[in-house]
Order: sequence, then structure tokens, then C-alpha cells
Amino acid sequence: MNSLILSTSSRYLLVLLQLFSVFLLLRGHNEPGGGFAGGLVAAAAYALYFIANGVEEAQRVFRFEPLTVVVAGLGVALASTLPSILGGMEFMQSVWVNTGIPVIGKVGTPLLFDVGVYLLVLGITLKIVFSLAGEDEP
Amino acid sequence: MTLLLALITGLFYAAGIYLILRRSLVKVIFGIMFLGHAANMLIFSTGRLTKGAPAFVPAGAQALVEPFADPLPQALILTAIVIGFGLQAFAIVLFRRSFEELGTDDVDAMRTTDCIEGGDA
Amino acid sequence: MKLLLVLPILLPLVTALVMLPFREHPGVQRGLALGASLAQAAVAVALLARVYAGGILTLQAGGWAAPFGITLVADLLSAVMVAATALIGLTTSIYSLGSIDRERERFFFHPLMQLLLVGINGAFLTGDLFNLYVWFEVMLISSFVLLALGGTPRQLEGSVKYVTINLLSSAIFLSAVGILYGVAGTLNMADLSARLPMIEQRNLLSVVAVLLLVTFGVKAAIFPLFFWLPASYHTPPVAVSAIFAGLLTKVGVYAIMRVFTTVFTGAESEAIFRILLWVAPLTMIVGVLGAAAQYDLRKLLSFHIVSQIGYMLFAIAIQSPLAIAGGLFYIVHNIVAKTSLFYISGIIREKSGAFQLKKIGGLYSTEPLLAALFLVSALALAGIPPLSGFWAKLMVIRAGLESGHYFVTAAALTVSLLTLFSMIKIWNEAFWKDDPGVVSATEEVHGNGRTALLYLPVVMLCGVILFFGLSFEPVYELSARAAAQLLDVGSYRNAVLRGGGL
Repeated sequence: MNSLILSTSSRYLLVLLQLFSVFLLLRGHNEPGGGFAGGLVAAAAYALYFIANGVEEAQRVFRFEPLTVVVAGLGVALASTLPSILGGMEFMQSVWVNTGIPVIGKVGTPLLFDVGVYLLVLGITLKIVFSLAGEDEP
Repeated sequence: MTLLLALITGLFYAAGIYLILRRSLVKVIFGIMFLGHAANMLIFSTGRLTKGAPAFVPAGAQALVEPFADPLPQALILTAIVIGFGLQAFAIVLFRRSFEELGTDDVDAMRTTDCIEGGDA
Repeated sequence: MKLLLVLPILLPLVTALVMLPFREHPGVQRGLALGASLAQAAVAVALLARVYAGGILTLQAGGWAAPFGITLVADLLSAVMVAATALIGLTTSIYSLGSIDRERERFFFHPLMQLLLVGINGAFLTGDLFNLYVWFEVMLISSFVLLALGGTPRQLEGSVKYVTINLLSSAIFLSAVGILYGVAGTLNMADLSARLPMIEQRNLLSVVAVLLLVTFGVKAAIFPLFFWLPASYHTPPVAVSAIFAGLLTKVGVYAIMRVFTTVFTGAESEAIFRILLWVAPLTMIVGVLGAAAQYDLRKLLSFHIVSQIGYMLFAIAIQSPLAIAGGLFYIVHNIVAKTSLFYISGIIREKSGAFQLKKIGGLYSTEPLLAALFLVSALALAGIPPLSGFWAKLMVIRAGLESGHYFVTAAALTVSLLTLFSMIKIWNEAFWKDDPGVVSATEEVHGNGRTALLYLPVVMLCGVILFFGLSFEPVYELSARAAAQLLDVGSYRNAVLRGGGL
């Protein structure tokens, strides 16, 4: 698609939507939001960018291979189970650490898991979007 | 409200089944999507419709404040949506590839794997 | 060591994850696949030994107590199925080293295989109906990709059929789960089995029971719902066909067994068993007659998968301890024998150049070892003593006679004979008659190192068949205990809801 308005605005929207997706990710534990919603918003941001500027441009801006992001996401999600295994608790039991830093507050394994989900959703959605855009085999 | 939701769910099932019986693969994939949404709506309505708060214990309180919505159907639906999203995305890619390779999207024309004397792989 | 219960799921998942970055290094992926399968076999044996000695093992994920959280449960039935999965996973990873081409390996064949095992093990170990749905989907998505991987027109056509019917059955499963949650307010299997007898909306429960039967019936390829199987299983590479043939339909049978003995215990499951008593003989007969018409080796074997499912359904429908024990042993025996036959079909293709029985021949003189291995697997499938299939059939048929189902038992015996006829047909065409010389072998291209990798898994499986046949006593002991445990729903309930067998 060749629209000057869309391609100019998509550059700013990309940043805004990414910020919004991180916001969704972080408020997810106690409020509506979370890793899945955040990941989808982030992926939608790149999808919009791709519609406005083409696949190559979107891939260049995204920088990573989508599958690497998927691997990272799965890895982070699996890593969030490690404290429970090493601590001899029930599998996947949450562990919380109070960092004492204002704004951030308590950090725990559910957040880590959510970050994993965020990356996983982002990676898989972009993989599908880029594949359907036609440069890659399924 | 429940009646409306029930009617819509039924409509979704009907549309899904009608479409999945069509010969074109494009319609089949739409039918599958409708069936997935119908199942989600069904879970949503069988979980009782309550105009309640999210099932979070408010700060300072010890227990949930009535009325609250049952969070489990929502969790089930969310999971089902995620799974359905992945499966349907794969199905779309597969159907497109098979349209390119086989040159047809008519399911009636796809019968080589059913015949007794199929070609050798 | 409750971790033992998650390891069958966690281990292949982590392996798949580690494999993903090594897209351009098939050597690393192969090594990981082999190592992980060996480790998994060790885990499965440890789990089986643990459950055998210490009773039902449970794990509450996240520390959330039973009806609220997700529970993983391993009773003897689950542990045996996990062990069988590990055996097939191991042999298939060896077989795929010798048969999967570079291109498929680049497109993530090995990680997908591990992911398939994640789904299968998850389905066997979960104690929650919605979680079972999730594991089914994990299994399905990896099987979809494995089936379509390579993208030949035939594969794509087979995949379209397989994917469509399975997406439909997923939607039905989800609807059933939704209604069940609306009626009972829980989806934990143990909790459901405690609550269902008190539910007043019996008609809704009947609907759920039938929907679940249809869902699992599609997966298990029971009588009116089996058409997708012979239309798709013969299209992918042999290693994929073999693991599908061995394991995927059995997950459906396992689900039928689990849901209609543990979750539904009252009038609903009796109605389902009455249906199954009709479905079972029809599945047997239609499957074996379909096979009789086929001359493509893998299509012929695919129809036999359907036919054999009938015996397992018959065993489930009888519900006596002997029948359940026989059904369980039948599942394990069939997993082993069927996978072995599919491996052999791959070697036949490798040695003679075709799957078409009419185009090949003379393998008895050129490949005597293959002929011997085929005889062991084929006669085991047909139920000739002293091989594993004989004992499996003996138990099921004896249970059938004891419970007075003479018609179905007669059908089972007749179908046995027809199975033997089918196997003799393969023997005559592929091994006995002279090579018609229509197609030439492909062996020169690959060399002998690969052939050894193809033979090794078949030798292993035939060893298992002979072991089952010749030292049947301990195997019978295990199946009988597993059956007794499955029928004792109270102990399952206690293990899950009160924190469990340890």
C-alpha cells in the first residue's frame, strides 16, 4: 500500500503501540491486560507498519528473526518454573521477591512467565504475518 | 440477555456447520472459525451471565465482594481463543499452499488419496 | 520426587526449545533427539516403577489444590501409556535418523517430533478435562505440521482432510467441555466423578457424554468417523506415518477409557458402552474389509489400524477387570506391532522402490532378516501364539465370552482370520513371489549405514513383541493391576483430591 499519511503515522504509532503493549504486560497481574494481550498489541504494531511500508521494511525494523523471539519467549517462560523446582516446592508455584524499588515493587515468577508469553505471542504472530506476506514457506 | 446469547450461539453453530459442508476450502475455514466462536460463546453463557466485578480480592479486604464474575469460563475462553487462533492460522496457510499445489479449492476434486490405485509416493 | 511426573512433558519441551536455534546444524539436532529420547525412556521406566510400587502419583501445578488448579495424575494406566510413548519415541528418533531428508530437518522435523511427544504425554498425564483439550491441541498442531512438512501435493491433500476433521472435532470437544462446566461447575476429572452422580440435569450429561464420544471417536478412528485416517496416514514420510499409526489413535482410545470409567460412572457410561458394543464389531469388520481391497502397503496397514481399534473398544465396552486388563495390553501390543509394521513398510520401499504390492516381490531371497522381522510383527498383529497379539486377543475374547457377548466375540474371531489373510497377502506379494522388475531399488543412493538405522528400531520392537509373548506372566500382572486401579475410581478420587498417594 502506498499512502504517505499511513506510512508517516505508522512510524509514530509503532512506538506508541509498543509502549502501550509494555504497559499492558506490566499491569497484567492484577488488572485486565497481561502477556498475551501485550504481545498481540506489539505484533499488531508491526503488522500495521508492514501494511504501510512493506514486508522488508517491517522486518528490518523488527530486527530479530521471529522464531528467535519465540525461542526466547519459551525459554523465559520455562525459566520461570526453575525457582519452584530448585526450591523444592510444587511445580510452577510462584515465588515473589520484594525489590523495594518504588513503582516496580514486588517482582515474581508470574511476571517472568508473562514476559515469556509476551515474547512468544509476538514472535508467533509476526512469523505468521510475515509468512502470509509471502516471503517465507509455512 | 441469556436468551439473546443463546440465539446467537445457535446461529453461529448453524452458520459454521452450513459453511463447513460447502465444497470450497475458503468456506470451510470460515465454517471452522464460526464453530470455534460458537463453542466459546457456549462456554461463556454456560458459565452464567453475571454483571459482576472481576474476581479480584480488593486491596485491604479478605474475601471477594459479591457480585463477582466467575473467572474460570473467561480463562477457558481465552485459552481456547489462543489455541483456535494458532490452529486457524495454520489451516489458512495450509489451505493456501494446497490451493497453489493442487490447483483447486474444491474438496470434491481432492480424491487421489482416497482412491485404491493412488500414485506411488 | 514429584518432578518425575512433569519430566515426560518438560523434557521433550526443553529439547525442542534447545533444538530450534540449530536449524542449520542437523547433526546437533539428531544428537539431541537421540539423547532426549533415551533420557525419556529412562524417565518413563522410573515413573512406571514408582507408580507400580507407590500407587497413584499426583502433582498440583502451582501449588493450587485439586479442584481449583491443574492436576497431573499418573496411575498405572497413564504410566504404562507414557512408557509405550517413550519406546515409540526412541525407536522413531533412531528410524528418522536413517530416513528423514535434509530439507525436512531444516524445517524443524526433530523439534516438531519432540513437541508431538509433549502433547501425547501431557494427554496421558493430565487429570483435568480442559487441560486434556489443551494437550490434544498441542499434539494436533505438531501432527498437522509433521504431516504437511515437505509439501508434496499428496501430503497437502491428506493434510487438508486430516486438519479439517480434527478442527471440527476440537470444536465439538470444546462445546462438550463448556456444557459440562455449566452443569457441574468443575472440570477436574476426580472432582467431576464425585459430583456427576448428584447432578439432576441427566439429559445434558447424556449430551456431553455423546459429544465426548464423538470427539474421541474421531481421534481414535472408530467406525463411522474413520475416513480421514486411510486418506492421510500414507502420505507423509514413513517415520511420521509410523509414530502417528502407533500413538495418535491410541490417545483417543485412552481418552475414551479414562473418561467413561473415571469421569462418567453412572447410566451415561453404560449407554456409551451399549453404543460401543455396536461400534466395536463394525469398526473391526469395516477396517479389515477395507484393507482387503488395498494393494498400497501403507494404506492397507492404515485400514488395519482402524480394524484393531475395534478390539480395544470391545474391551472397554465389556468393562470387566479382565477385559480392561486385556484392552490395556491390547493397546500396548498394538502400538508396538503396528509401528514395527510401518517401519518395515519403509524398509520395503527402500529395498524394492515402491509401496505398491503389485510392483514388488522377491524380498525373501534378498532380505531374509526383513522377512523374519515382518513375520514376527505380522503374526503378532494377527494373533498367532506365542506372540504378544495372541495373549492380547485371548484376554479380550475370553472376557467377551465370560460376559456373554457372543456375537461380537464371533466377529472378533472372524476379523482375526481376515487379518491373517491380509498379512499373508503382503507376505505373498512382497516376499514370496518373484520380483516383477517394474521398479528398481533405491539402496545404492544411500549406502549401508542408513540401512542399519532402519533395521535397529524394528529389531528392538520385535524383541519387545517376543518378550511380551514369551514371558507373559509379569505383563499380565501389570495389566491386571492397572485395570483394577482404573476400575477403583474411589482411590483415584482420594489420590487427587486429598493430595495424593504419597
